[in-house]
Amino acid sequence: MAVPDTKEKWTGKVNTLTLGATSEQGGTRTSTVTIGGVGCLPSLEFEGPKGNRPAIAVEVWDGDGEAMPAPLRQVYGDSLKNVADWAKKAVEFGAEMICLKLQGTHPDAGDRSAEQACDDVKAVLGAVGVPLIVWGSGVNDKDNEVLPRCCQAASGENCLFGSITEKNYRTLVAACLADKHKLLAESPLDINIAKQVNILASDVGFALEDLVVFPTTASLGYGLEYVYSIMERGRLAALTGDKLLQQPVLCNIGFEAWRAKEARGTDEEVPGFGPAEKRGPLWEAATATNLFQAGADIFVMRHPEAIRMVSESLDEYYGPKGS
Amino acid sequence: MYVIGELINGMFSNVKKAIQDKDGQVIQDLAKAQADAGATALDVNVGPATRDAVWGLLWLVENIRKVSDIPVAIDNAKWDIMKEVIPQVPGDKIINSSKADEDLLDKYVPLAAENNAALIALTIDQSGVPNDVDRRVEMAATILTKCAEHGLDMDKLFIDPIILPVNVAGQQAMNVLRSLEQMKMLSDPAPHFLLGLSNLSQNCANRSLINRTYLAMARGAGLDAAILDPLDTELMDVAITTDLLCGKAIYCDSFLEAARSK
Repeated sequence: MAVPDTKEKWTGKVNTLTLGATSEQGGTRTSTVTIGGVGCLPSLEFEGPKGNRPAIAVEVWDGDGEAMPAPLRQVYGDSLKNVADWAKKAVEFGAEMICLKLQGTHPDAGDRSAEQACDDVKAVLGAVGVPLIVWGSGVNDKDNEVLPRCCQAASGENCLFGSITEKNYRTLVAACLADKHKLLAESPLDINIAKQVNILASDVGFALEDLVVFPTTASLGYGLEYVYSIMERGRLAALTGDKLLQQPVLCNIGFEAWRAKEARGTDEEVPGFGPAEKRGPLWEAATATNLFQAGADIFVMRHPEAIRMVSESLDEYYGPKGS
Repeated sequence: MYVIGELINGMFSNVKKAIQDKDGQVIQDLAKAQADAGATALDVNVGPATRDAVWGLLWLVENIRKVSDIPVAIDNAKWDIMKEVIPQVPGDKIINSSKADEDLLDKYVPLAAENNAALIALTIDQSGVPNDVDRRVEMAATILTKCAEHGLDMDKLFIDPIILPVNVAGQQAMNVLRSLEQMKMLSDPAPHFLLGLSNLSQNCANRSLINRTYLAMARGAGLDAAILDPLDTELMDVAITTDLLCGKAIYCDSFLEAARSK
C-alpha cells in the first residue's frame, strides 16, 4: 500500500505588497521592499511558495531619544537628537525601511504640530533612500489631523501609514487613497477585530491588497505565545483562502522587547541576568525570530546587534540577501 | 461550504425556453447571479428542454464560460451522455452523478480521474434508495474503495447520501444525519459530503424554512456541500453562519458581508 501524502494543500497565499517608490515609479526612494507572497507555514515550504523575505524596519522617533534604554543610547549616540541623523544611523545598522513614530505629536508627549510632523517626514525622506513607515501617536483626533498632512507631504513615495483601528479609519483611509500610500490595520490581539478592520477599510474603498496587518505584538516572556497563536490562526485562515486575512503582518518588536525588564534593566537592577549590552539585543532577536515562525513579514526593530542576529536567521532560511 | 447552484436546469421554464430559443443571455445572467450570490460551482442540467442532451449541456456550459470560470457540475443520469460530454467541458468540472453499483463506479470513477473532474456518487443502487443507515454506509464504503482503486483523490469525491422529501419519507432526514456521522469515519482524509437540499422540501409549504433548518442540522453531522438555490438569501445566510460554527471561517462582526465579499 502506498504511503499516504500528508502534505497540506493550501488554497490561498499572503498578498505580495511593495513599499517605497523609486524615481521611475514616481517617488524618490533608492530602494523598495517587497514582502508577502508566502503560501505555506514557515519551514514547510514543500507545501507552498515560501514567499518574500521579511523586511527589517528600524524605529526612529520624532522626539526625545533620550527616553531609549541605555544600551540603545550607547549605540545610537548623538544621532538620537534629530530624525535625519537617527534615520541615517538606522540604515547603517541594516534598516531596509525606516519606521518613523510620530509619538512626539501625542498631546501629552510634546504635542508637536502637523507642520512639524510633515517636516520630520520630509527630513527622513531626504536623509535616507529606504521606504518609510509613518506611525501616528494613537490619539485618534490628533492622528486625524496630523497623518493626512503627512500623507500629502510624502505623496508618491508609497509609504506605509498607520494605524487604522475599528473605531478610527475613515480619515486615514481617505488620505492614503488620495496620496496612494499603503495602510497599517491595527487590532488589539483579536483575530475577529483584525478581520473586521480589514472589511471596514475595504467597505470604504481601500484595496485589501494594499493593507498590512498589525495584530499587536508582545515580547518574549510577556505574552509572546498568545501573539503567536493569534498570528498563526490568521495565517492558517489566509492559507485556506480567507481574503480578509491574507495581508502581510507587521510586528512591533523593538518597542515590546525593550519594555521587558530582562532587556532594559541595568546590571544593578537585575543582578544575575547577565550583562545588559547582551541581554537587550538577545531579547529583541529572540522575540523577532519566534514571531518569524508565526508568519511576520515586517519586523520593526531597534538594536544593531539584534538586527544582525535576525538577518542571519533569515539568511539561513532565504539565502543571503540579494541572492 | 461548497455550494452548487441549482438554477440552470431545463426543468425550470425560463431555462427550458432559453435552451429552445438558444437565448444564451438568460443562462449567462443565471450563471453570474448565482456566482455573485456565493455559489462555488454550478449545476448544469438540460432536463426535458431538448432531445439532444449532449448538445444542450455543452451549449449551457459554453454560455456559462462566457461569464465565469466557475466549476460546472454536469447533471445527467445517462452514462453515454456523460462519457461524451465530460471530455469536452472546458475548465473545472464535476460529474453529477454515479450510483453506487460497482459496475457503474468502474466506469464513472475512471472517467473522473482521466478528465481531472470531481465526481458526485450517490448512495443508491439498482435496488433503489436505502431506507436505513447501514445500507447507506455500506454503499459509501463501496464508493470509497472504487475511488482508491482507480486513483481519485478524496477532495474530488462528493458522496451524496440522498435526501427524500420530508412529506413522503419523514424518517429519512434523521437517517441521513446518522449516515453522515458514520460515513465520515470511513476514510481519512474524508471526501466531501453533499445533499441535493431542495429535494427535501419538494411539494411542501415553507420550503425555504425547511431547507435552511435542515442545512444547519446536516452541517453539524458533517455535511460540507449542497446543491441548492444560492439566490435564497436566508438559506445562504445559514450556509455562511454554519461555516463559522463549524470552525471553517473566522468570525468578525460583519461576517455575512465578509463571506460575501470574496
